[in-house]
Amino acid sequence: MSVLDSKVPEGPIKDKWTTYKDKINLVNPANKRHIDIIVVGTGLAGGSAAATLAELGYNVKAFAYQDSPRRAHSIAAQGGINAAKNYMGDGDSTYRLFYDTVKGGDYRSREANVHRLAEVSGNIIDQCVAQGVPFARDYGGLLDNRSFGGVLVSRTFYAKGQTGQQLLLGCYSAMNRQIARGKIDMYNRHEMLDVVKVDGKARGIIARDLITGEIERHSAHAVVIATGGYGNVYFLSTNAMGSNATAAWKIHKKGAFFANPCFTQIHPTCIPRSGDYQSKLTLMSESLRNDGRIWVPAKLEDAKAIQEGRLKPTELAEEDRDYYLERRYPAFGNLVPRDVASRAAKERCDAGYGVNATGEAVYLDFAAAFVRYGSEQAKIKGLKNASKEEIIKLGQEIIEQKYGNLFQMYEKIIAENPYETPMMIYPATHYTMGGVWVDYNLMTTVDGLYCIGEANFSDHGANRLGASALMQGLADGYFVLPYTIGDYLADDIRTGPISTETKEFDEVEKEVKDKIDFFINNNGTKSVDHFHKRLGKVMWDKVGMSRNEKDLKEAMVEIKAIREEFWKEVKVPGDANEMNPELEKAGRVADFLELGELFAKDALIRNESCGGHFREESVELDGEQKGEAKRNDKDFAFVSAWEYKGEPADAVLHKEELEFKDIELKQRSYK
Amino acid sequence: MNLTLKIWRQKGPQDKGKMVDYKVSDISEHMSFLEMMDVLNEQLVNSGEEPVAFDHDCREGICGMCSLHINGEAHGPDRGITTCQLHMRMFKDGDTITIEPWRAKAFPVIKDLIVDRMAFERIQQAGGYISVNTSGNTQDANALPISKHNADEAMDAAACIGCGACVASCKNSSAMLFVGAKVSQFALLPQGQVEAADRVKNMVAQMDLEGFGNCTNTGACEVECPKGISLENIARMNRELVKASLIKF
Ligand SMILES: Cc1cc2nc3c(=O)[nH]c(=O)nc-3n(C[C@H](O)[C@H](O)[C@H](O)COP(=O)(O)OP(=O)(O)OC[C@H]3O[C@@H](n4cnc5c(N)ncnc54)[C@H](O)[C@@H]3O)c2cc1C
Ligand code: SF4
Ligand code: FES
Repeated sequence: MSVLDSKVPEGPIKDKWTTYKDKINLVNPANKRHIDIIVVGTGLAGGSAAATLAELGYNVKAFAYQDSPRRAHSIAAQGGINAAKNYMGDGDSTYRLFYDTVKGGDYRSREANVHRLAEVSGNIIDQCVAQGVPFARDYGGLLDNRSFGGVLVSRTFYAKGQTGQQLLLGCYSAMNRQIARGKIDMYNRHEMLDVVKVDGKARGIIARDLITGEIERHSAHAVVIATGGYGNVYFLSTNAMGSNATAAWKIHKKGAFFANPCFTQIHPTCIPRSGDYQSKLTLMSESLRNDGRIWVPAKLEDAKAIQEGRLKPTELAEEDRDYYLERRYPAFGNLVPRDVASRAAKERCDAGYGVNATGEAVYLDFAAAFVRYGSEQAKIKGLKNASKEEIIKLGQEIIEQKYGNLFQMYEKIIAENPYETPMMIYPATHYTMGGVWVDYNLMTTVDGLYCIGEANFSDHGANRLGASALMQGLADGYFVLPYTIGDYLADDIRTGPISTETKEFDEVEKEVKDKIDFFINNNGTKSVDHFHKRLGKVMWDKVGMSRNEKDLKEAMVEIKAIREEFWKEVKVPGDANEMNPELEKAGRVADFLELGELFAKDALIRNESCGGHFREESVELDGEQKGEAKRNDKDFAFVSAWEYKGEPADAVLHKEELEFKDIELKQRSYK
Repeated sequence: MNLTLKIWRQKGPQDKGKMVDYKVSDISEHMSFLEMMDVLNEQLVNSGEEPVAFDHDCREGICGMCSLHINGEAHGPDRGITTCQLHMRMFKDGDTITIEPWRAKAFPVIKDLIVDRMAFERIQQAGGYISVNTSGNTQDANALPISKHNADEAMDAAACIGCGACVASCKNSSAMLFVGAKVSQFALLPQGQVEAADRVKNMVAQMDLEGFGNCTNTGACEVECPKGISLENIARMNRELVKASLIKF
């Protein structure tokens, strides 16, 4: 019997959230002043939550490991944010966004949460515009939209290629207003190292001041974790260097179930890896797929010639190219969802058709778009006899306006001009759909402990459509958590301040300090990065895009061995009571080494191909979908939620069965 | 390539710092500058020494965290980029590279190459926002049309990543480009106009309080700014300030 209660309200899906809001307990404004809330993380999720909770009148303490909330990793999001505004009049609606998100997530998300997300999405845009977020506009002064992979409407709002930056600066400015009013105490350069529970409820955290090394106790009536995703478990990913799983993993060890850890998103359009020294992978926004066509050579000998530098892509005739997405998925073409695009790229490269020296790259080609836009411009400008060169130049100008910064970024990294030769791209780990299990209220399995944004598992299922993470982060922070947390806190108005001078705080602080002392005093010989890279390699090779039982079992054993060696051999120079970036990394990698094993275990039990993950044992054998990934709804339409029991291998599985009442469960087809 | 690095080492804010020489070898020209620093740090850890502390996070030119002064230039020799986007192909085998933290009174050193940029935070808290309730009762976004031109210009100003290179490359350590960019973004948009006068006055007052120097129109900030924030923003801030001083309450 499962102990999971998703607390999804009764009633028709379209009324659930409204009726729920009408019925929940409210905290009187005068009482909010007596309630403290800790928000860990100040990206889009945590930042919007902190600002809104402070606006409502609660005392908020916010934490981030960077020197400013503005540097949270949300800043890096490029492409855009979805909202069902139907400003384009192309048939968009709340239901359609809901439908696309459930389908895109390969039917592994919770219907009620997704519907709520779609409902509040329009509000997010209104909110951000009011804050001064400079979204792109059309010539009439109205908001502009573009489309993203996996959908057939144009519902993505954007601010050049810097949408995450602008949204984050919007919520950062809302935070600043509250910091100035004294309603948010902002703890920059502070890292949460554990949670403190009193009588089963989350009542505080232990944090380290990263400048002085001091270990601090902070108490509150509720704790919100908004610390982002754990993609860095792969070492190489599109995440920031500091992105980590520590807060999520520590609360897992204190009773919060960890859901679907094996659901990661592999993003199809990243700049390929060039060597072993590489520290991270850079994403090229998926919006590029709106205009770029993806191809590899159709013949192996041409692929070889390109790999060896004997042939240039521009020299290859049209009929010698394989536009494999357009070939396999005529309805969606280059705009298939990320998982489909990623797997298809890997399939071609594994078959030997890759186009760079490592054989791990495909082309993203804008030549056709130059001509298409250029011809249109020539018409607009009344140029009757424009030459081919002139047309291409005009087209390049349009592409530059749309994606100039991305083209420039590419050129800086690869040292090749993408206006002259097609870009090279390859899939990379990007976003983690798995995370801390939460109910409809966004509460974890620990009372008073909430988890929002990328750190939780909730809305995306097995795969996340483009432009929906920003939407979820802001929905959680601005419009969902502020209601649901009030319902819980209504019981706390007489509690009074929570003391930090208790045995519960003593104990957790001691655990934290002991671990730090261990690192500083361990006489090892190998750097933290050494272990992180080894973990990453196992993860990518055996727990990556395609998986099988044998590899997964091996991965679990190998990760455990790396972890054991880590605890013997890791070396951390410097002191505990000063700024010490190596020490910070050591703690984070220690947690990745446990999470990685649970990740593999979760992948092992999920014997179906689902979302971004191709389970080699689960393939369509015939029919129109022959060779495509086969999902298995009969046995796997559930959320796996793991309970901590010591070693990751001993974690206990709980299943939240997923019910699809409003959307018919069917195999995805993008043909 | 083989390189000699001259790096500023400083244990803590109270300690005296000094330049220390290090050698690195086998550096690939495809590495980013920070990957080269990783190589050095790995080497230091392996030999039991303390690695060099430097700020960085996104490594794709957007978070504004990285902040190295390389051979006397903020974010190094290339233009329009941050340190994390600088590639080693900009250097030659045998080069000696000097690496220092941002130098400005308002940015005290925390450790080695890391400085404290909290002054920027306090300037924003002094008024760099629009006072709008965050609980979702705002008007429909399209109820307020904004000309494409203004939206684009506001976006250009809003692209500032708060890195502080402008301050570090200014002989007066002025923060005018940063503050000008923030003020401009809001000045170009219809939202938040009601508090425009207070916003600019408060932000400028806080900027002065933090100990940033004055602008003498040298323009070094614009040259070194990784996001191409233009001097026009300083002019706009000054205009806003004059306008604000003319408003009587
Ligand atoms: C390169 C890139 C491009 C993307 N593009 C898009 C896009 O176009 N559209 C889209 O919808 N999504 C996009 N995404 C995904 C989206 O940006 C993220 O999922 C989302 O921003 C995550 O927000 P968050 O608030 O949950 O976490 P983050 O923004 O990662 O914030 C995490 C916060 O937690 C803090 N923190 C972490 N650990 C600790 C700790 N132990 N103690 C204290 N503080 C801690 C950090 O300091 C930070 O403040 C992109 C992601 C990447 C990497
Ligand atoms: S104005 Fe330019 S140099 Fe100054 S902080 Fe902003 S981005 Fe950095
Ligand atoms: S590390 Fe983020 S801008 Fe350089």
